[in-house]
Amino acid sequence: MDSIGPRLTLLAPEILLFAAAVVAAVLGLSRRHAVRAFLPIFTCLALIAALVMMPLTWTEPRAVEAQLVLPMLGAFIKPLLAGVGILLVLVSAGSVDRGYEAAVARGRTIFDPQRVVAGEFHAFFLFSLIGAMLLCSATDLIWIFLAVELVSLPTYIMVAVGGSSRRSGEAAIKYFFLGALSTAVFLYGFALIYGSTGSLELQGIQTALAAQAAGSGIDAMALAGLILAVLGFCFKITAVPMHFYAPDVYEGAPTHVTAFLAFVPKVAGFVVLAVLLACVGWTGHSLVDGDGVRVPYAGLPTPLTAVLWMVAVLTMTLGNVAALLQSSVKRMLAYSSIAHSGYLVIGLLSGGVGIEAISFYLLTYGVMTTASFAALAALERRGEEVNEMNDLAGLRQKQPVMAWMLAVSAASLVGLPPFLGFFGKVYLFVAAFEADQFALVVIAVINSAISALYYLRLATVPLVAPPSARSEEVTLVPSRWPWVAAVVAGVGTVLLPGFVNALVESAEVTSRDITTVTTKLPAGASSADQAKASAAASLSSTASERP
Amino acid sequence: MSLIWTSILMPVVGAALVAIASPRLSKWISLLATLGSLAALALFAFEFPAWNNGQHHPLEPGSAWLAAAGIRLSVGFDTVSLLLALLTAFLMPLCIIGSFTAVTERVREYYGWFLLLGASIILAFAARDAILFYVGYEFTLVPMTILIGVYGGTERRIAAVKMFVYTFLGSMFMLAAIIYVAWEQRVSSGAWSFDIDALTATAVRLPASAQYWLFASLMIGFAVKVPLFPLHTWLPLAHDQAPTAGSVILASAMLKLGTYGNYRFALPMAPAGGAELMVVVAVLSIIAIIYASLICWVQTDAKKLIAYSSVAHLGLCMLGLFALNPVGAEGAVFYMVNHGLSTGALFLCIGMFYERYHTKDTDVLGGLAKKMPVWASFMVLFTFASIGLPGLNGFIGEFLCLGGTFIAEHDGQSGYPGLLGPRFAVIAGLGLIMAAMYLLILLGKIVWGPLREPHHDAAHDHSTAHSSLPRDLSAREILVLTPLAIACIWLGVQPQPMLKAIEPCATRMLANYPDEVRRLKEREALAVSEDAVSPGVVSASTAGGVP
Repeated sequence: MDSIGPRLTLLAPEILLFAAAVVAAVLGLSRRHAVRAFLPIFTCLALIAALVMMPLTWTEPRAVEAQLVLPMLGAFIKPLLAGVGILLVLVSAGSVDRGYEAAVARGRTIFDPQRVVAGEFHAFFLFSLIGAMLLCSATDLIWIFLAVELVSLPTYIMVAVGGSSRRSGEAAIKYFFLGALSTAVFLYGFALIYGSTGSLELQGIQTALAAQAAGSGIDAMALAGLILAVLGFCFKITAVPMHFYAPDVYEGAPTHVTAFLAFVPKVAGFVVLAVLLACVGWTGHSLVDGDGVRVPYAGLPTPLTAVLWMVAVLTMTLGNVAALLQSSVKRMLAYSSIAHSGYLVIGLLSGGVGIEAISFYLLTYGVMTTASFAALAALERRGEEVNEMNDLAGLRQKQPVMAWMLAVSAASLVGLPPFLGFFGKVYLFVAAFEADQFALVVIAVINSAISALYYLRLATVPLVAPPSARSEEVTLVPSRWPWVAAVVAGVGTVLLPGFVNALVESAEVTSRDITTVTTKLPAGASSADQAKASAAASLSSTASERP
Repeated sequence: MSLIWTSILMPVVGAALVAIASPRLSKWISLLATLGSLAALALFAFEFPAWNNGQHHPLEPGSAWLAAAGIRLSVGFDTVSLLLALLTAFLMPLCIIGSFTAVTERVREYYGWFLLLGASIILAFAARDAILFYVGYEFTLVPMTILIGVYGGTERRIAAVKMFVYTFLGSMFMLAAIIYVAWEQRVSSGAWSFDIDALTATAVRLPASAQYWLFASLMIGFAVKVPLFPLHTWLPLAHDQAPTAGSVILASAMLKLGTYGNYRFALPMAPAGGAELMVVVAVLSIIAIIYASLICWVQTDAKKLIAYSSVAHLGLCMLGLFALNPVGAEGAVFYMVNHGLSTGALFLCIGMFYERYHTKDTDVLGGLAKKMPVWASFMVLFTFASIGLPGLNGFIGEFLCLGGTFIAEHDGQSGYPGLLGPRFAVIAGLGLIMAAMYLLILLGKIVWGPLREPHHDAAHDHSTAHSSLPRDLSAREILVLTPLAIACIWLGVQPQPMLKAIEPCATRMLANYPDEVRRLKEREALAVSEDAVSPGVVSASTAGGVP
């Protein structure tokens, strides 16, 4: 294949990380404690090296030559994954094998390589990240399938081995079975897409669908396949109707793994959805109006729009309302993560700006959600994870920095200016207007107000409430790295708005080569707009002639 | 750096210094910072060239913040916003001096948040970019929530959360509306801009139905802040629970953001919607006046009484604004400033006796003129200013608001046709008579009459815990109230220069209204005549119906 050369160059960071993952798995077995303790730092260094390589390897001509559907999506998403990945490594540092390592250090037991999992944990951590990065350079459905599995399978294991509690085992089982179900759903969708278009290659599918759209419209089989694929990937992005696992798994998994689950699989899911929908395209479809006249229609085909619309509305409403009712912080953050997926789905409805908005929002979401989970991971109560809201009451008196980081991340998650989350939300609103989804904006606005109630609790309970008997016992975990990660991410939500211009400019590249039509044009508007305008005119004229 | 930015950033720098200074030093630092901010703003006002032409100054756009979205750090004042910013900057040092003895714990945080609150309010008034305005407008919630939540009364948590959620819901609608206009502006001009003037120019060209919804969304945001009936329920609680200085800034400056928002955004941007909905807003304002006055009548908590009187007074201010003629608008703006002075002073007065007696209940406290003659003189003066005694500042604003409503008749001779007229003015005037009654009853109870002091432990408190406070006002407290008293008298005797300066701004804001109102009336006349022809049809021509 002629495009193999550029593809390999694009994949250079992943290849590097793969090698690092193998080395990490071996390092974890070393008898010397210093080497094992070096693992998180080694993983960080590998990610930094990959981060440096990315802008060098991912250039636009090369990506186009590699026949990618969204050539520049990876230019933003891959560094984002690596950057937040570094924070996530820090969050998990010191948590894996904690009890066993402490026992070895105290001489209670002799080191046995078969009983440590840190090596595997870091290797799987990198594998999962590699999977998400590979998705950016996907060129066919099989590639997508394999890469998605590469994201998912390591996370099942990470949930199980990342901590020592019983509940993490239960969470891992739940996560695995439901994950397998979702895989079946999207694979069925892929099969239908293949059946309709006769191609596994994304560009082939794109051409076939474009031909169908230009003819009598995209056929039912392809649409059914696409809808099934979208629903299957709803699992990865924790969207309704595949969200059920999220609260249980997020709560049961060790907090540092929860931070990972809340970000990496979600990015992977949105990358796949963006790529799949780009194959359909956000323009060139048509709509039959009341008189049976076909009008060209900017946006996805109506059934897909309807599905995504419902997913967005249900996801954000359910997430926010359910989050209100939680007393467990981790469950609350799980529902908040569901709600944010709902906001993000809005971006899928419009082409160019939507993809940019999703990319940028994923950045803001990654920073602020990592800040909140890292702050939780940095705290413990009698050697147990901090989970109840009550544990955090009056945290400010003993752990002022973590209390502030929780408050800052909550302020950013709710979208308060001038924190980082605010800009993400503005970008998404722009995308929603671009897609002509006014109702969605109103629903998102009401949802934001609902979310204010519980985020306010996350901010005020540590800062304002008096300490409780439980929160008196909250201390920092021995490892300082989660604390560092929380501070870095928390300060990021405050300081990054100063550099928001540069960030948005780099997010803007993700929409290159997407052909979109602005739904409204200034002059000589498309016929759809004229139809709309005349409808509006007739509406207003009836209003004025109203009896 | 310009004087405007100096006045905004001085308190921010002050807050940063307070965070690291010792608690004893922090009050002096914050006093200096607020005085510096006031001085910078006063200097700017001294050189302000646009007092009499209704223009903004400076007009040049600020440096780009988010260039991709056209968000700029543009600041500049017109007469109205400069007056309101001056009011804020004037009250800040007085509040700080007033808090010297009231705040005893978490002192540094208190002053830090207080400074940030002042800075963000001034930023909101100064902003010429809609997003910058939104940042200032929304960020006020953070310090205010903390000031109420930490330093407030017994129900402080509920009060803080209620204030936050109400205001946040409203302002999210407002944000969506602003982004919608910006998007329309992008579609028509091809480039993003959030410049308020550019947005206004775009918005007035939108079709009437779009303007209707635009006005409604903006109005929801600002109506919560004003607050307009029935969205006012957060305010009395917030006032009741807030520390004195918080109440002062809340009533005097933060609520003005709501009325200012109407003046700057809702009214000029969507004249068609404003004309359509003016009667609805006027009716709600009148309900607020009567309803709040009735509550005041039976209120025994002095602070809540002033809070409800604020609701009534701002109802009158909104009525004047929505008379949609220059007389009413001038009166409304003038009233904004004067309400800030007199109500702020009343809250300070109440805070001063609360510090001594730890009760605000007018049933157990009374006849304080005998014990605190100096305090009583100030209290009487400010109450009279609030009632609107001729010769004091409140009178002018009230009179003009009512006058504007009165002449806003179906066939107005002034060139500004309106829909309100004498009916509205008479009912609103009734509310003012009630205001005089309840405020005089308040005076009768706590200032005059036989001396009543709480007999339980308050006397004990009085002698031990607060021995530092003299029986009557200390020199520091007199220093706080004197500038306010001078301002109240001076503006009552010399309103002309200020009114003259406001006039061009008012006419500029109303530029599109005569035509819109006339068009609306023609349409209604048509509907009425059609009604006469076909009496069977149920009339749907209630003003304010959906077009």
